[in-house]
Amino acid sequence: MNKIIIYMTILPGIGIFYLFMPSSLLLLLFLPKADEDLISYGAFGTLTAILFIISIAMARHRQQKKSLQMRGAWELMWRRLARNRTAMASMMVLIALIYLAILAPFITPHDPLESDWGALSQGISSTHWLGTDDMGRDIFARNLFGIRVAMGIGITAVFLNTITGTFFGIVAGYYGGRTDNVIMRLLEIWNSIPFILLAIAIMAALGTGIGKLIIIVSLSNLMAFARIIRGSVMAVKDLDYVSAARVIGISDTVIIVRHIIPNCISPILVLSSLSIGETILIIAGLSFLGLGIQPPMPSLGGMLSNGQQFLHENLLMSVVPGVTILMIVLSFNLFGDGVRDALDSRLDS
Amino acid sequence: MLNYTIRRILLLIPLLFFISAMIFGILKLTPGDPAVVLLGDRATEESIELTREKYALNKPLHIQYMKMMANFFTGELQSIYYKENVIMVVLKRMIPTLELGFTALILALVVSIPAGIISAVKRNSIFDYASMTTALFGISIPVFFTGILLIYLFAVKLRILPASGYGGSMFTLDGIRHLLMPAFVLSFTLMASTTRITRSSMLDVLKEDYVRTARAKGVKESTVILGHAFKNALMPITTNVGNQIARLFAGAVLTETVFAWPGVGRLAVNAIFRRDEPLVFGCVLILSVIYVVVNLMVDLFYGFINPRVKYE
Repeated sequence: MNKIIIYMTILPGIGIFYLFMPSSLLLLLFLPKADEDLISYGAFGTLTAILFIISIAMARHRQQKKSLQMRGAWELMWRRLARNRTAMASMMVLIALIYLAILAPFITPHDPLESDWGALSQGISSTHWLGTDDMGRDIFARNLFGIRVAMGIGITAVFLNTITGTFFGIVAGYYGGRTDNVIMRLLEIWNSIPFILLAIAIMAALGTGIGKLIIIVSLSNLMAFARIIRGSVMAVKDLDYVSAARVIGISDTVIIVRHIIPNCISPILVLSSLSIGETILIIAGLSFLGLGIQPPMPSLGGMLSNGQQFLHENLLMSVVPGVTILMIVLSFNLFGDGVRDALDSRLDS
Repeated sequence: MLNYTIRRILLLIPLLFFISAMIFGILKLTPGDPAVVLLGDRATEESIELTREKYALNKPLHIQYMKMMANFFTGELQSIYYKENVIMVVLKRMIPTLELGFTALILALVVSIPAGIISAVKRNSIFDYASMTTALFGISIPVFFTGILLIYLFAVKLRILPASGYGGSMFTLDGIRHLLMPAFVLSFTLMASTTRITRSSMLDVLKEDYVRTARAKGVKESTVILGHAFKNALMPITTNVGNQIARLFAGAVLTETVFAWPGVGRLAVNAIFRRDEPLVFGCVLILSVIYVVVNLMVDLFYGFINPRVKYE
């Protein structure tokens, strides 16, 4: 089981990375106006980069002999995680979904945006595997591209959220005193408006768009990250080795990077893996309301909202994207639970 | 306790000030002439001039903010689409939203707490597995997908419940028939997470020494579970419910959209599409106030059930 997953990730991961990463970077640099291409390649780039990092980490972790302590911690976590069958099964589902998303153009011959006017609102058939929608677009193709967008935006947003939340948490916890007070009070105010209302206000002022969507969603969970990271920073910052480092004149930045952050890795990992599922739900919800990803670009939430209008004629239009969202979020939740159990952290769901 | 309550209520004032300033600030980011934004695209030169005067738009920001709040409270702030005082427009939609929200909250608690307790007490039983699996799906399924599936089942196939809309007050038969599906859909996520947290905190508490002591004394099992264990498990449950209320708000906006429920959430979303900026301001502000007040009530309840909390 362990080996299968490593090979599933490493081999195609590296190949795809070298094949597509340069092109997606080029597109990001030179085609800033092609919104759809930009985001699909951006999502694509992010995913391949993450897979690449995972595969490198796994490969390194097998060879690395030098830093015994770090290796011990990672290996322990991985072994505990690998023993958890549910987490492993959900990880397999996620890897499979990520590959489906990345390889979408090679799996289905249909364009997600192209209408087949001769085949409106059809059921399951050999040409259109999951039928077509009211405009004759292939539901399977739209679903694959929807997964790609959802995963890309979801993971990017959680990544940004983790970085900003951790930054605030570390600054507040490490410097303490007035800095801590100001940061935490500001975050409390930010947190005292329900996220959906903030999103509505920002969308009303600035309009919709992928970039804005990512930024808004990435600010949704700041408080949870900041609060927990702050707690674990405060637990370490007065330990002897940190005081010793300070006494011999090492700068704050170096202390934070070398001594503080490694001690916060496990809550960061747990929180970010637990919040991906929820973030994808938020994005789907905003798209359902028409405030997220804009049509004609395929999005799972948008497909559901369209599907509701045609509930009488074609059930597939709503069931396919709905079940897909459920599958993605369920897998991320189960995987996140697994990571939490593996790290034996005292965080509760 | 009384002191603490009063202090918390007084603390609401600066909080509400910051919240309103933040919403005002966000809406200020709108590109274009603010007078045109407030009036809509078809405004005449004269009315634009009048609006500039009314909202002090050529004055510095803090005066604009105070003017905006003054206009909001005196009812001068008009919705572009409804051509009516924003507060009135929002308040008219408030009753359906409150009916939906409170029914969902009560439904969630009534179902999930007993389910969580039974799962914990009869651990690894069929009931435990069934309720935990359901709860896992409950936290992973999008609110609108549950809604669409229920509409398909009960309105399209079985034809026993209306697909959408509002049937009047919840104390009439038609009102209840319309309320059933949206309330269940909205409560589902909260129900799922509360069941999970009830089960896990009950399991923690049941391991404690005082529970064993109570059993050894020969206290009735039901008293042990409800009196000794549940009372102590109530704290994490309350915290969780408090944390989930923001999610309940998000769920309410989505549920109102799926079921065409005439509530404030849907009003806010529609106001964005109608480019009705004053109404967006009103909806977001009023809903935020409700959210803050509900959160305060949860905090006070927390102090009430846990006398160990220090009232600092």
